Amino acid sequence: MATTNQNAGAPGAIISVRELRRRFGRQQVLNGVNLDCPTGQITTIVGPSGCGKTVLLKHLNLLLRPDSGTIVIDGVDVTALGGRLQNDVREKFGMLFQAGALFDSMTVFDNVAFPLVELTRMGKPEIADRVGEVLAAVGLKGMERKFPSEMSGGMQKRAALARALIRRPKILMLDEPTTGLDPTRTHQIHELVRGTQRQFGLTAVMVSHDVPAVFEFSDRIAFMHQGRMALNGTVAEVRAANNENFELFLAGRASGIDEPLAAAAR
Amino acid sequence: MIERLGAFVIDRVAALGAFVIFLAEALFYLAAPPYKPRLAIRQLRSIGAESFFLVGLIGLFTGMVLGLQGYNTLSRFGSEGALGTVVALVLVRELGPVLAALMVTARAGSAMAAELGSMQATEQIDALSVMAINPVQYLVSPRVLAGIVSFPLLTGLFDVIGIWGGWAVGVGLMGAPNGPFFNGIKQNMGPHDIAIGLYKALVFGVVVMWVCCYKGYNARRMATGVSRATTEAVVLSSVLILVWDYFLTSVLL
Repeated sequence: MATTNQNAGAPGAIISVRELRRRFGRQQVLNGVNLDCPTGQITTIVGPSGCGKTVLLKHLNLLLRPDSGTIVIDGVDVTALGGRLQNDVREKFGMLFQAGALFDSMTVFDNVAFPLVELTRMGKPEIADRVGEVLAAVGLKGMERKFPSEMSGGMQKRAALARALIRRPKILMLDEPTTGLDPTRTHQIHELVRGTQRQFGLTAVMVSHDVPAVFEFSDRIAFMHQGRMALNGTVAEVRAANNENFELFLAGRASGIDEPLAAAAR
Repeated sequence: MIERLGAFVIDRVAALGAFVIFLAEALFYLAAPPYKPRLAIRQLRSIGAESFFLVGLIGLFTGMVLGLQGYNTLSRFGSEGALGTVVALVLVRELGPVLAALMVTARAGSAMAAELGSMQATEQIDALSVMAINPVQYLVSPRVLAGIVSFPLLTGLFDVIGIWGGWAVGVGLMGAPNGPFFNGIKQNMGPHDIAIGLYKALVFGVVVMWVCCYKGYNARRMATGVSRATTEAVVLSSVLILVWDYFLTSVLL
């Protein structure tokens, strides 16, 4: 059975979101979101564009603050954290942005080494070792001296993934990592996320509209609709749920952008 | 109607508040650890050192035209001897700080707004936050510090080269008397005049960095966002330089 969003905090969930609400102007983008991301699994949030997926992710990585509701990450209520404490939490996660967000003034090496250089007291040889290790894991060995502008979109994503992994985070967040890539590259990135997730024992939270491709390598699927989680469960559970909106979304017929607007106007 | 007006006013006041808080944050993080001197040095190079030639060139021609106009005007009253004093006072108290600031705005301020704007557009600023690095401390504070240090220095350069240019044209070309040129400066310009000029330069340094960083940092994430931020940064900086100049002059005179 697909678990709907009413269940209480699941044990073993490294991220727990309860009744999260956020409004932008007249638009209620998050309208009581509940979500649990179990430790060591890949949870993929899917839904039509404009349904609030990216906004939700930006709450999880503390870029945005909710109007109400709570977010617990690794046992810490982060909803109202500030300053130092907030940064302590952030050190637990790595984030892969939609367009990579590599610093275009720096080489791949400097980009990947950046968090270590800025935030740790590691020596140069140690940093070089770590960077080499992570670049090898994402298949970018030998590309250290390239600038992001000299690489293809897929390679930029991989470099960005390397940067997200460099501090050995517990949680990896991915915002539509395959946007703008062809099907082959999309598959490669998915494989890579799966591979690194296993290799480093991570919990991954991904936002994607890449259905049904994401079903193959996700452990759990959360389907977002009109600012709520309409479905949330394992891939098999979600597929068997017979949710009308989910079926429409899979068939490519959900008008996601209009619906929250219409809902907000009501 | 009233609701809209109220919303508009609240919007403006909130924007002004955000603008002020932005500077307060930048100044606060300037004093807070961790200190990253190499970031400030890099900015000093791009704002200060790389503006050297341009500011010098503009200073030279400003001084030269002052020499020309000054001689032409003063000779009508037979007081060519005052040329040095006029050129030096106008440059040191007024034109030096203002023109140097305008030139740095055009050269470095616009580039800064565009750079921060495109960093915002491509989520690089968010990436810093998520990596637990404060983006204001990393990007804005070093630039404000570089502005505070480099504006007075560039102004000094502008003044010195400008006076020299005024001398070259006024004395060398037009034939104003050489002795009174420098004697007049020595007798009539005190530390107070120099202090006013440097004080202005300091204020302009903060204002230009503040405006250009703020506009770039808050650029909208769309195609025209960066170009708009750059334009607004240059226009607002230039306007504020001239408006502040008037008020500073009226207070400090």
